[in-house]
Amino acid sequence: MKITPQEISNVANLARLNMSQEEVEAMARQLDEILTYVAKLNELDTEDIKPTTHAISIVNAFREDEVKSSLPKDKALNGML
Amino acid sequence: MQELLATRQTSAVELTRDVLARIEKVEDKVKAYITLDPEGAIRQAEAADRELRAGTGGMLCGMPLSIKDVLCTEGMRTTCGSRILENFVPPYDATTVTRLKESGAVLLGKVSMDEFAMGSTSENCAFGAPRNPWNVEYICGGSSGGSAASVAADECIASLGTDTGGSIRQPASHCGVVGLKPTYGRVSRYGLVAFASSLDQIGPLTKDVTDCALMMNVISGYDAKDSTSVEKLVPDFRRALTDGLRGMKIGIPGEYFVKGLDPEVEKVVQQGINILREAGAETVEVSLPHTDYCVAVYYLVAPAEASSNLARYDGVRYGFRDKASETLLDMYKNSRSQGFGNEVKRRIIIGTYALSSGYYDAYYKKASQVRTLITEDFRKVFETCDVLASPVTTTPAWKLAEKIDDPLSMYLSDILTISANLAGIPGISVPCGFSNAGLPIGLQIQGAHFQEEKLLTAAYNLEQRLNIAHLRPENL
Repeated sequence: MKITPQEISNVANLARLNMSQEEVEAMARQLDEILTYVAKLNELDTEDIKPTTHAISIVNAFREDEVKSSLPKDKALNGML
Repeated sequence: MQELLATRQTSAVELTRDVLARIEKVEDKVKAYITLDPEGAIRQAEAADRELRAGTGGMLCGMPLSIKDVLCTEGMRTTCGSRILENFVPPYDATTVTRLKESGAVLLGKVSMDEFAMGSTSENCAFGAPRNPWNVEYICGGSSGGSAASVAADECIASLGTDTGGSIRQPASHCGVVGLKPTYGRVSRYGLVAFASSLDQIGPLTKDVTDCALMMNVISGYDAKDSTSVEKLVPDFRRALTDGLRGMKIGIPGEYFVKGLDPEVEKVVQQGINILREAGAETVEVSLPHTDYCVAVYYLVAPAEASSNLARYDGVRYGFRDKASETLLDMYKNSRSQGFGNEVKRRIIIGTYALSSGYYDAYYKKASQVRTLITEDFRKVFETCDVLASPVTTTPAWKLAEKIDDPLSMYLSDILTISANLAGIPGISVPCGFSNAGLPIGLQIQGAHFQEEKLLTAAYNLEQRLNIAHLRPENL
């Protein structure tokens, strides 16, 4: 068992999700299966490999600090509850 | 169709009315649309007709299109297939939507998808699952299932979808339409509700390769509002639609013809590869040794990014709020728990776990390192060939509800499409044939970064020689 129901409860709390005991147990089973599967990554030696966090190499996207028109306030606040 | 409109043999209003009538007739069975705007569509078509008469119409003037419900449309509800955004009306258009409107397209409405684009069947949609028009007891694929189904069922001329791990190519394959995932950065993601930001890309689903090139002409290009879009000249993709493949070297990746590949899919795809050879292409066997690890990498990287992206749905800024909660923390938790469906929760949990302290190195970092190896595989292989030809999926479409309770087997069904997203390369699915049960099977062509033209050339030659693009589901 890679992951316990208790750990699922803790993670759910971090992710701001409520879960019933039943849901927690089902999730623990499914996650355990998934984590067992992804453990196959450990077959590979990645000691000196740089991680990729972005699909293409781009440098910082800077722009001139100019005032441009933006969404009007009433429109931006339209979705307020 | 464009020719008919340009020469005034039909009008945009007539065409739009025809498509709306078709929707009226088959939508009960296909269930592709979440939101349909017939009045708005007619108004847009009238405007398109004025443009056509004046000769000022853009490239897609008068074309009725559907849009995946993950792209923001000003004044039109954008749900992402989720209860949490059930009543969300964006105050602005996604850049791709702006570009479609500027080109004169008629937007019919928003189509169904897996909630927040998480899924391979569109069954995770909070508003009901769309069906495969070729057989409505089967899945249409996902997550851009509503896009593929609406194109296949003639409920629109073309559609815009998104692809994070195969979500354009896989439903295109299952529904017998053309689906292109462009290079990461080719198309602006501004106004696309984010799932996994380093993998998401917007692209067209169309009835044929020519329409695909047309849509690409309109939606591609740098956008200052998306800092990851790339400043690169956009070619006229229609110029890539040329006859003959002499001089093109096509790699056949052994790892894509895996154990578990359905024999019917293998047969159809091998026939497709033979046709590419007959068109003049040379084929070589190539190897992408880390293919087998792509699912494991993806199901750590994508949920990690998703858990962060979906933190914004807190019941405060927009979307559903549980009004009965007494404390702030309870309000967050109750709003999210009631608003999100099971698959979304599952991925938030996986992602939060993979990023949590103590596990970060073992999971997220490790996956990001293997992602480098997968990207390197492609870099090396494209030194020896122009494009890769392979299946899109390991099986034809399966029956609704068949895999919904088995997340891992569902995840594994994406094994042939995920690598392209991890490496950011373009990939296209072109209809290639049918299974014995009459379900469509696509062929996938992948290329190096920004080589969409080569994909289109190969796809166009396959389409012209196969001559099946005109086939439509008969039983609707």
